[in-house]
Amino acid sequence: MKRIPFEYAILGIAVAATIAVVQPARAQGASDTADKVKRGQYLVSTSGCHDCHTPWKMGPKGPEPDMARALSGHPEGMALPPAPKLEAPWIMVAAATNTAWAGPWGVSFTANLTPDPETGLGKWTQRNFTETIRTGRHMGRGRQILPPMPIPVYRNFTDADLEAIFSYLQTLPAIRNRVPEPLPPAAAVAVR
Amino acid sequence: MKAAAILAITLAATATLAAAAPGVEPLPQHLSATGLFAPGSTRPAADVMAFAPQYPLWSDGTRKRRWIRLPPGASIDASRVDAWEFPVGTKVWKEFSYGRAIETRLIERVTDGSWRFATYVWNVDGTDAVLAPEDGVVVAASDAPGGRYSVPSRSDCVACHEGPAVPVLGFTALQLSPDRDPLAPHAEPKRTGQVDLASLVERGALRGLPPELLAAPPRIEAPTPTARAALGYLHGNCGHCHNAAGALTGLELVLAQQAERDAHSAERTLESLLGHSSRFRPHGSEATQRIAADQGSSVLTLRMKTDNPLARMPPLGVQVVDTAGVALIERWIANDLQPALSTLQETSR
Repeated sequence: MKRIPFEYAILGIAVAATIAVVQPARAQGASDTADKVKRGQYLVSTSGCHDCHTPWKMGPKGPEPDMARALSGHPEGMALPPAPKLEAPWIMVAAATNTAWAGPWGVSFTANLTPDPETGLGKWTQRNFTETIRTGRHMGRGRQILPPMPIPVYRNFTDADLEAIFSYLQTLPAIRNRVPEPLPPAAAVAVR
Repeated sequence: MKAAAILAITLAATATLAAAAPGVEPLPQHLSATGLFAPGSTRPAADVMAFAPQYPLWSDGTRKRRWIRLPPGASIDASRVDAWEFPVGTKVWKEFSYGRAIETRLIERVTDGSWRFATYVWNVDGTDAVLAPEDGVVVAASDAPGGRYSVPSRSDCVACHEGPAVPVLGFTALQLSPDRDPLAPHAEPKRTGQVDLASLVERGALRGLPPELLAAPPRIEAPTPTARAALGYLHGNCGHCHNAAGALTGLELVLAQQAERDAHSAERTLESLLGHSSRFRPHGSEATQRIAADQGSSVLTLRMKTDNPLARMPPLGVQVVDTAGVALIERWIANDLQPALSTLQETSR
């Protein structure tokens, strides 16, 4: 029987040991990611995200979220007349889809949270998402996030919660839906 | 006097200190205790250096003064030309005035290497300023829009200053170049005593700067004076968020310029503006391109000149449209960029 040179034997042991360490670590990594996504799905489904970010439709039992458009935000093509004038103490009003809200801040439209690169969160990073929730500003740096988005509540999520939520959102089917920009109170608009 | 006393008491009572890192002293309650002034006065201390960036940020026409102080014997490492390393203990101040001093902001590098941000609101007598609440505060200022002046919250400070690699925005190789841009809007002429690249090196406050940047000071590479000023304006007003290495790289909009010549930052800016559709679609306009050949159809300038606070750029610290800045950018688009835009328009037909 031919003897294996000592150096080759050492190399073989090292390779086997590396595989033994790396493979379970990879499996563990995949498992961690799956757990994170699952946790994110749980948080999204229990924290009211669908209430406003999934358009509602009229079902046999009344209004219900249209899960074919899950978390894709206010529908792009939906024509909206001006919001009705309200009499105090009524202060805000919502469209039938529950994705457009009018109040003292103007009119806000809920965002497309699916990973579409041009109209959703496809080009966002975890940092962009976390800073948006923490600061109440778009991508942590832009305009203010408007009511009824419950930033004062959601900013209490832990970093791990926000990572789980973002990880889950990135697994959704991408839906191309360009949500309109918010409208300010009528008196504040004047483009020069 | 009475109003000043009430303001001072209110601010002192409501001020919330930024969470201090272990071993870091809490922020002083008064500006006079931060090291900016000579003892017993409101004159800058002897070891404080005044400076003025060549491309200043538009802040509704407020008058600004800026100072920096390094710890004794310490210096800035400028070997990374566009990401200077400031020593622990560095303090940078910026004063905003509307007829009188309204607030002075402070950025400080603390012992764990992180930066902390604070702002101090001046009393009407101009004798001292009090630490503002962490959530910001609105103060009366007769010359400000609507007579009200918004002092930023700490998270607002971070929103702009943590956009780029280094949070000190106006104290960089390009901003302190002795080769100052004569067309930069709102720039003040460099005053006696204000430092620039050359004087910082001479004082020993700046080390590691490549010698070629002293021989040929940083300058935005542009084909015309208008293009140079326009790129500089975008750098000073937009580049802290819209740059190639910060939080918003996903937007693929690079408006920051670099002093490092090999960076070719002016070319990158043009590449990110020309032929790019805008994710933002303004109401009441058919504009879809970041920059367009048709006059008035560039989302870039529409967002600069709108009064809509939900669409305005920059989104923080601006309520009054900078007409000089808008005019410069529109002139650049109409004159300098028109050939490239026309070519793009032809190609897309």
